[in-house]
Amino acid sequence: MDFDPVLLARLQFAFTIIFHIIFPSFTIGLSAYIATLGVLWLRTGEERHQLLMRFWVKIFAVSFAMGVVSGIVLSYQFGTNWSRFSVATGNIVGPLLGYEVLTAFFLEATFLGILLFGFSRVPPWLYVLSAIVVAVGTMLSAFWILAANSWMQTPAGHEWRDGVAYPVDWLRIVFNPSFPYRLAHMLNAAYLTAAFVVIAVGARYHYSGKHIAEGRTMLRMGIGLAAILAPLQLVIGDQHGLNTLKHQPIKVAAMEAHWDGSKPADFHIFAWPDEKAGTNHFALSIPKGASLILTHHLNGLFPGLLSVPEADRPPVKVVFFAFRIMLAIGFFMIGSALLGAFLWWRGTLFESRWYMRVMAQTWWMGFVAVIAGWVVTESGRQPWIVYNIMRTADATSPIPGATIAGTLALFVVAYGIVFSFGIYYMNRLIAKGPDAVKGKGQKAVGISPIASTKDAGEGIV
Amino acid sequence: MEWYLPLIWAGVIGTAVAMYVVMDGFDLGIGILFPFAKNERERDQMMRSIAPFWDGNETWLVLGGAGLFVAFPRAYAVIMPAFYLPVIVMLLALVFRGVAFEFRLVSHSKKGWSVAFTVGSTLATLAQGVILGGMIQGIKVENGAYAGGPYDWATPFGFLCGLALVAGYGLLGATWLVMKTEGLVAVRARKQSKQFLIAVLGFMAVVSLWTPFAEARIAERWFSLPNFYYLWPVPVVTALVALACWRWIGQKRDAPPFLAAIALFMLGYGGLVISNFPYLVPPTLTIWDTAGAPSSQIFMLVGTLVLLPFVLGYIVLVYWLFRGKVREGESYH
Repeated sequence: MDFDPVLLARLQFAFTIIFHIIFPSFTIGLSAYIATLGVLWLRTGEERHQLLMRFWVKIFAVSFAMGVVSGIVLSYQFGTNWSRFSVATGNIVGPLLGYEVLTAFFLEATFLGILLFGFSRVPPWLYVLSAIVVAVGTMLSAFWILAANSWMQTPAGHEWRDGVAYPVDWLRIVFNPSFPYRLAHMLNAAYLTAAFVVIAVGARYHYSGKHIAEGRTMLRMGIGLAAILAPLQLVIGDQHGLNTLKHQPIKVAAMEAHWDGSKPADFHIFAWPDEKAGTNHFALSIPKGASLILTHHLNGLFPGLLSVPEADRPPVKVVFFAFRIMLAIGFFMIGSALLGAFLWWRGTLFESRWYMRVMAQTWWMGFVAVIAGWVVTESGRQPWIVYNIMRTADATSPIPGATIAGTLALFVVAYGIVFSFGIYYMNRLIAKGPDAVKGKGQKAVGISPIASTKDAGEGIV
Repeated sequence: MEWYLPLIWAGVIGTAVAMYVVMDGFDLGIGILFPFAKNERERDQMMRSIAPFWDGNETWLVLGGAGLFVAFPRAYAVIMPAFYLPVIVMLLALVFRGVAFEFRLVSHSKKGWSVAFTVGSTLATLAQGVILGGMIQGIKVENGAYAGGPYDWATPFGFLCGLALVAGYGLLGATWLVMKTEGLVAVRARKQSKQFLIAVLGFMAVVSLWTPFAEARIAERWFSLPNFYYLWPVPVVTALVALACWRWIGQKRDAPPFLAAIALFMLGYGGLVISNFPYLVPPTLTIWDTAGAPSSQIFMLVGTLVLLPFVLGYIVLVYWLFRGKVREGESYH
């Protein structure tokens, strides 16, 4: 059997990064939520905020651990699987990752220690401050990693000499053309992801009649946030799309399965793109819809896939369907969040059991939307690793395909085990509810040197 | 500038690796010592002594990797493919031991994740030692790219270095427990410290004798004149530190054995640096051959010099907040 090392290296990276991105996209939002609860606790002194905060910290801990360990893997994979990419772009991508470590990783890792173990050791203000620092750290991390990623999409501020990129203007490298849009889109996605998890948990509690007070707080905070952020995401996404059209038109053509650039583009609600024939089958379309969205004119034109040789086109089906999955979830989020806000405004939110029943099932939506969005943007960049400059096929390490296949299998098995247990444990923590933290550590609010040995035994969750 | 920038960066990365080896060394060491605990309650206590710190400790590994990528991209692009399998095994092992911290607490039975913690910690250590051994033996390079096979690292010397590192991290872990725990765990750790110290000294002696015999350039470095006049104190100081460590363990001191273990590590590390400088990819590529663009090195260096003091500051803060001993039965969260 022949192994294609490029395809395998791509599959391995896709697998490890998709697995990884699940956790940051949750922890970025959740850490902000935890910090908000902490600030509310300090300002109001209400116990329920403190309880909710510590409840979510437990879930955060499990998720963050998986995010950390899967992130370490990525920082080494540039070298193990993409050594020629590392040589060519190390001068640019390297420092961006380096700044991520220095500004974000140490910050998060260190203050996480206080957040997880410091409740009975540090004064409340320092505990809440640690939560805020962790939230800021996760944001900074997103800033740098998206700067690096955006540079690969829309490279700027550098010059190529003998196949190696040299920095010319760091401001232009970091704030490259697609970076502000991507950062806004991703951060907002992370906050939405966490908001829908919070809504789903709140709805689950409320529907099942357990922890009703906590469930209501979660629902109010989650719906309030999502009702603003979900519509906002549509606006940001639209702007991001226009930016992509400007700099990576073929990616947009793949998203819309738009082949012939000489005609206005329809928006396909469904279609089966045929990459060989260069056309779509079974298309169910809104005539000229894509032209209207992307050029704001019914007869506006934008480049089609046929305008470049087949070797320069991304995999159309993958990009096309991933984009539709993201859109579908996005519109559901907007609709359900606005509906929730409407019910809340009418004062019937907590009587609407059907609403709770549906929303309790929506915890996964943000994650799938984030992954789908990443598939759109990364697959849409193909066949380039640095857009229009370096091909993915020229970026791999001198590693035999069989070796990569072997380690890919190891990653699948290992991550499969870790992920299954992680989800199972998080679900169990949620099922136990916020009561599990009640009564613990209360007496220790304030500065007590060491958690008393008496409650140490029950320190196990 | 083209001359001293790579030198400064070699210093920065060398420091990051040293920090990593010592800091993650003691918490990987706890994993290596896990099987010798009597029950899960003792393991709770052992794990509690490192739980607030492990994540920060492991971040030095990321800094080392990222630093290499920034400052010496051509070395990064040779070393990673050369040690492809050990690097991936190490990363996966770190995955299992990392999640074990949290999973152990929320699972029904702690046993399974205690085993994962031990296996992960030990495998990661072995892999790191194998990588180190492979570096010392040299990497086959042609036209600036790795030119060897996927199993070049699998040599007797590599595995010897792997075992040596297990003993080393075991020593760091045991002396850490002496410093940070009370009760039976501390008593046992004191005994283990002595055993691991003997093992470490044995491995150090074997590696120190093996390398100059196997690698002519290393023999040349140590035994040619006038180098020998400057270098002879290294083994002598090592012997003195080992002796002091042994005595402090015997005198039931808390912190000194751990500090002496760190000093031993730094001496061994220094010895390796002396053996291999200025090669980053022995025996072909020096730090100057593999250096990245000066403007990238400067851009990152400015950030490092500004930010690293803050990083060190809040690391000190956390170690201070969680100072003192972890008692018997003291657990988590």
